[in-house]
Amino acid sequence: MKQAEKKGIIQDINGPIVTIKLPGVQNGEQVRIGSLGLYGEVISLEGEEALAQIYESTEMVRPGEPAEGLGHPLSVELGPGLIGGIFDGVQRPLEEMFLKAGDQIPRGLNPLPLDREKLWRFVPSENLEPNMPIIGGARLGAVQETETIEHRILVPPTIEGELIELAPEGDYNLEETIGQVRDRHGRVHRLKLYHRWPVRKSRPYQSRDNGVEPLITGQRILDTFFPLLKGSKCAVPGPFGAGKTVVQHQVARWANADIVIYVGCGERGNELVDVLDSFPKLKDPYTGRPLMDRTLLIANTSNMPVVAREASIYVGITIAEYYRDQGYDVVMLADSTSRWAEALREVSGRLGQMPVEEGYPAYLASRLAAFYERAGRVETMDCGKGSITLIGAVSPPGGDFSEPVTSHTKEIIQTFWALSKELADARHYPAIDWVDSFSADVGTAAEWWHESIDRGWEKRRAQALGMLARDAELSRIVNLVGPEALSSAQRWVLEGATLIKEGVLQQSALDPVDTFSSPEKQFMLLDLILSVYDEGAALIELGVPVQELAEMPVLARLRRCKELYDSSQTDRLEAFRNEALKDFKDIHSEYAQRGEQTA
Amino acid sequence: MSAKEYRTASAARGGLLTVANVPNIAFGDRVRIRDHQGNTRNGQVIRTSNEEVLVQVFEGTAELDLESTWVRFLDEPVEIALSPEILGRVFNGLGEPRDFRPPIVSNLRRSISAAAFNPAARTYPKEFIQTGISTIDGLNSLVRGQKLPIFSASGLPHNRLAAQIVRQAKLPDDDSRFSVVFAAMGVSYTDARFFQEAFASSGVLGNVVMFVNMADDPPVERLTLPRMALTAAEYLAFDLDRHVLVVMTDMTHYAEALREVATAKGDVPARKGYPGYLYSDLAEIYERSGRIKDRHGSITLVPVLSMPSDDITHPIPDLTGYITEGQIVLSRELNNQGIYPPVHISPSLSRLMKDGIGKDFTREDHPHVSNQLYALYARALETRNLASIIGADELSARDRRYLEFADAFEQRFVRQREDEDRSIEETLNLAWDLLSAFPPQALTRVNETEIAKYHEQSA
Ligand SMILES: Nc1ncnc2c1ncn2[C@@H]1O[C@H](COP(=O)(O)OP(=O)(O)O)[C@@H](O)[C@H]1O
Ligand SMILES: [Mg+2]
Repeated sequence: MKQAEKKGIIQDINGPIVTIKLPGVQNGEQVRIGSLGLYGEVISLEGEEALAQIYESTEMVRPGEPAEGLGHPLSVELGPGLIGGIFDGVQRPLEEMFLKAGDQIPRGLNPLPLDREKLWRFVPSENLEPNMPIIGGARLGAVQETETIEHRILVPPTIEGELIELAPEGDYNLEETIGQVRDRHGRVHRLKLYHRWPVRKSRPYQSRDNGVEPLITGQRILDTFFPLLKGSKCAVPGPFGAGKTVVQHQVARWANADIVIYVGCGERGNELVDVLDSFPKLKDPYTGRPLMDRTLLIANTSNMPVVAREASIYVGITIAEYYRDQGYDVVMLADSTSRWAEALREVSGRLGQMPVEEGYPAYLASRLAAFYERAGRVETMDCGKGSITLIGAVSPPGGDFSEPVTSHTKEIIQTFWALSKELADARHYPAIDWVDSFSADVGTAAEWWHESIDRGWEKRRAQALGMLARDAELSRIVNLVGPEALSSAQRWVLEGATLIKEGVLQQSALDPVDTFSSPEKQFMLLDLILSVYDEGAALIELGVPVQELAEMPVLARLRRCKELYDSSQTDRLEAFRNEALKDFKDIHSEYAQRGEQTA
Repeated sequence: MSAKEYRTASAARGGLLTVANVPNIAFGDRVRIRDHQGNTRNGQVIRTSNEEVLVQVFEGTAELDLESTWVRFLDEPVEIALSPEILGRVFNGLGEPRDFRPPIVSNLRRSISAAAFNPAARTYPKEFIQTGISTIDGLNSLVRGQKLPIFSASGLPHNRLAAQIVRQAKLPDDDSRFSVVFAAMGVSYTDARFFQEAFASSGVLGNVVMFVNMADDPPVERLTLPRMALTAAEYLAFDLDRHVLVVMTDMTHYAEALREVATAKGDVPARKGYPGYLYSDLAEIYERSGRIKDRHGSITLVPVLSMPSDDITHPIPDLTGYITEGQIVLSRELNNQGIYPPVHISPSLSRLMKDGIGKDFTREDHPHVSNQLYALYARALETRNLASIIGADELSARDRRYLEFADAFEQRFVRQREDEDRSIEETLNLAWDLLSAFPPQALTRVNETEIAKYHEQSA
C-alpha cells in the first residue's frame, strides 16, 4: 500500500460500470473515482483501460474526472469490535454512518470499520516466547470481545517466521503493536490486534474435517426431520412469503453456535431493523447472554447499490472464516443468495457478456460452488477445530425451483429446506415441505441423537415420515372417491398425520414458548404423539370406532402441548403423557371387557 | 452551467437519443431537447463518455429530425421543487403542473433519486392503521410505514378498494396530520377522474398531491413519476412531520415502460423480456416507505398493480411480493360472485402485522383469531373441492361444517359495503361469531383462555 498511488481519469460511465484510463492498475484492485471519491473495484483490464464496478451511485459523475488505484483488493478489517455491529456490503459501519451523516447513506464517506480508540485488554498466550518460530494463524493471545466471546488474536495468515517480541498483558488499542515477527527474508512485521484480508480469497487452515454433530436450531422440523451438521451447507428456497427470512431469523436466534453472521443481501431494510431491535432483548438459550453478544450483521438492502450487494456475501464469509480460525462454530446466514446472483447478472449484462440461462452468465454455477465451498469444519492452524455452517436463502422467480440459482445450489448443498406456498397459504408454519426437503446428514445426526437424547430417535423419525407419506397417498384416494372408501385403520392414519403436523411440525416463531424447542422436548413430543397413534391403532384392531378416538378431548390438549410446556418443563410433559396414555388404556380395558362379555 | 446547445445528435432509437462529441457530461444529467418545430422535450443522460452521450427522452424520439435537433445539458439531476404549496396540486411525471396553475416556486429542490435510507436509521413500523375493512384489519393488518400492495387484475375493483382505504384509514385515538400522495401511471381518464372525485367527496383533496400520467401520455415519463411522488412524500413526512399514505397505480404500467426503455438500450432480458434489474429498480421505489428514527412522520405505501393474465408468478407481482411487506390479492372468483371487496385470503399476507396487533395494540386474541380463520378457511376450501368431486351429501357431518363455514366466511366476513367502516372490535367479534360454529376442541390456534372468553358455547 506504500507504493506510489496510481492516477488516472474516467472515460465512460454506464451506471455502476465505469471505464477508467489507469495504467498499471491490477485486476481486482480497489479504486476511488470522481471528485466525490467513490469506491469501486477493477473487474477487467484491456490495455490501459480498466473496467471498474462502483459500490455507490454514479449520479452526476462525469468523464474526465480523476480516478486512482489504491493498490489492494477489496479487504476487510478483522479484529475485536466486529461482534454486535452492523456493516454494509463493503464493511462500512452503518451505525456510525447514521450518527455522522444522517438518515441516508452519503456517497464517498468511508469511516473505518473498527474503532481505533477503544482499548482492549490483551492477554498473551502462555506458550509463546521470543525467538520461537511462529506460523500464520498462530494464536498470539486473546481479548474479551463480548461477555461470551473471547476474541483470539491470530498472526495474519501470510506472515511466518520468528517471534521477536510479544506484548505483556495490558490495554491496547487497535493500532498499537502487540508483537513482532521476523520473516525468512529478515523483514520485521509489526502485529496489531487486527489485520486485513482480501474477501475473495479463502483463509487457510490445516485440514478439512467431517461434520460430527448437528447444529441444534430449536426448530422441530429442522432438527428432527432435516438435520444440518455443524460445518454443512444448506439452502432454504421458497417463493415470497413462504417463510425464508423467518427460518433464517429463527436459526440466528436459537442455534447452538458460537458466532452468528447474518447477511441481509438485497432484502428489506425493516428485516434488519427487526434483528437490531429484538436481538438485544433476547437471551441466547445456551449462555443466557443477549443474543447481540454473538451476532454480527451485514446489510446491503435491496435499495442499496447493487455492486456492493455482490461484495456483501464475500465480506460475510471472510469474517466467518476469521472466527472459525479462532476455533469457533460459526453460522452464516445469507438472505438471499438469489439477490447476489442477480447482482452478478446485472454486472455481467453491463459488460456485454454472453448470457446462458435467464440472463445469467456461464460462471454462475462455479461462483456459487466456490462460495459454498468456503463452509466446512476444519482443523485450524492453532485453535483446534472450527466450523462454518452456511445457510443460504434462495428466492426463485415465480417459486419455480427449476430456475438456475435454485437448481445449481441444490447440487452443491447437503441439506435442503424447501418452503411451500401451499403450506404457507394455509398458515402451516414453518412451511417446510416434508416431501421436497432432504438432509444428507441424517446418519451422523442419528448418532448424536442416540447418544445424547434417545435411542429411539431414528425409528420414530422414520415412522413419522412414513405416516406423512401414507397420509398424502390416502388423501389422494379421498379426493377421488370420498372418505367412505377408507378403512378404520386408514382413517386413523389420517388422524395421526394431522397430529404430527399440528403437534410437531407446526411451530410458531411468534409464540413465546413454542419459538424454541430443546432436543429433549422435540423427541418427547414426537414420541408422545406416535405413542398415542400406536395405542389408537391397537384399539382400532379391537373394534373401537375411529370417531370415538378422534373426539377424545385429550387430543385437543395433545396438539397444544408444544406451547403449554416449555423446554424446561419436561416433567410436566411427562405427566401429561401418562395421563393421555391412561385414557387410551381405559378404553382398552373397556373394550377388552366387552369383548369377553360377548365371547 | 452549460448553456451551450449541441446539434450533434447522431442516432434516435426507441426513447433514446445519441449525441456525439460532447465533452464531460455528467451521468444522470438532465437534458432539454428542442426539435425542428421548436417544441421542447426532456431527457436524462443514461450513459456518458467524451465521444458519445446516450439520452433517454421522456417524450420519446418520434418525429425527431437529427439534423435540426438541439440538445442542451442542464448540469443538474432530475429534481422537484418542494414547498407546502404542493398540497392540493396536480403534476405530471416531470413535476410540471397539469392543473393549469403556476409552477411551484421554491428554493428547496431535491433530486428525485434519493440515496438509500441507512438501515440503522430506520425504526420498525408498529402502529396499527384501522382501514375498516375486515379482511385487511382482521387478517392482513396494515401498519404505519408499511408497504402493502394490492395485487389485482383487469376488471377487478382495486380502485374502489384503494379509495376506500384512503377514505377510512385512521389510527384509533389519533388525529395527527395526514396527507395523501397519489401517483398514477398510464391510467385511463375514467380512473383518474374516479380518484379525483373520491378524494373530493371524502374531503381530503386539499391534503392530496397528485402526480398523473395518463394512458396516452409518454410512457417514459412513467419512470420518473413514482420517484417524483416519493420525493414529495418524503418531504411531507420527514420535513413537515406528516403521516403520508402513498397510493400508486398501476405499477404494471411502470414496469412495462421500464421494459420498453431497456429493450431500446439493448439490455439483457431476464424473464418475459423484463431487464434483470427490475427487482432493484422496484426496490428503489418501494423501500422509500417506512419510519425513520426521531422523525414524526411516516410513509405508508399502497401500490396497486394488475397481474397480467391473472398470473401471480408474472415478474411484476412476483418481484413486488419479494420486496413489499405482504400483499392483498384480489380474486376474480369472488368478484364474479358479487362479493366486494373480493379479497383472496389465502395468498394475502401482511408481514408487519405481528408487531402491530395483539394485547397493547388491537386486542389480545387478534393474532390467534387471524391464524385460526386462515387455518379453517384453508381446510374449508379443501372440503369445498372434495364436495365438488364426490357431492356434498357424501361429506361427513364434520366436513359439512367446514363447507358451511366457507360460505359464511365469504358472505359475512369478507363481504362488506363500500361505505362500511368496521371497527377492529366489530371485525374480531364477527370472527368469533363464525368460529363459534365449531366446537372448542376443533379450534387449536386460539388458546383456552380466549375460547373461554369469546366462544359463544362456553360463554
Ligand atoms: N415459523 C413461523 N411462525 C409464525 N409465522 C411465520 C413463520 N414463518 C413464516 N411466518 C409468517 O410468514 C411471513 C412471511 O415470512 P418470511 O420469512 O418473511 O417470508 P419470505 O422470506 O420467504 O418471503 C412472516 O411475516 C410471518 O408472518
Ligand atoms: Mg424474506
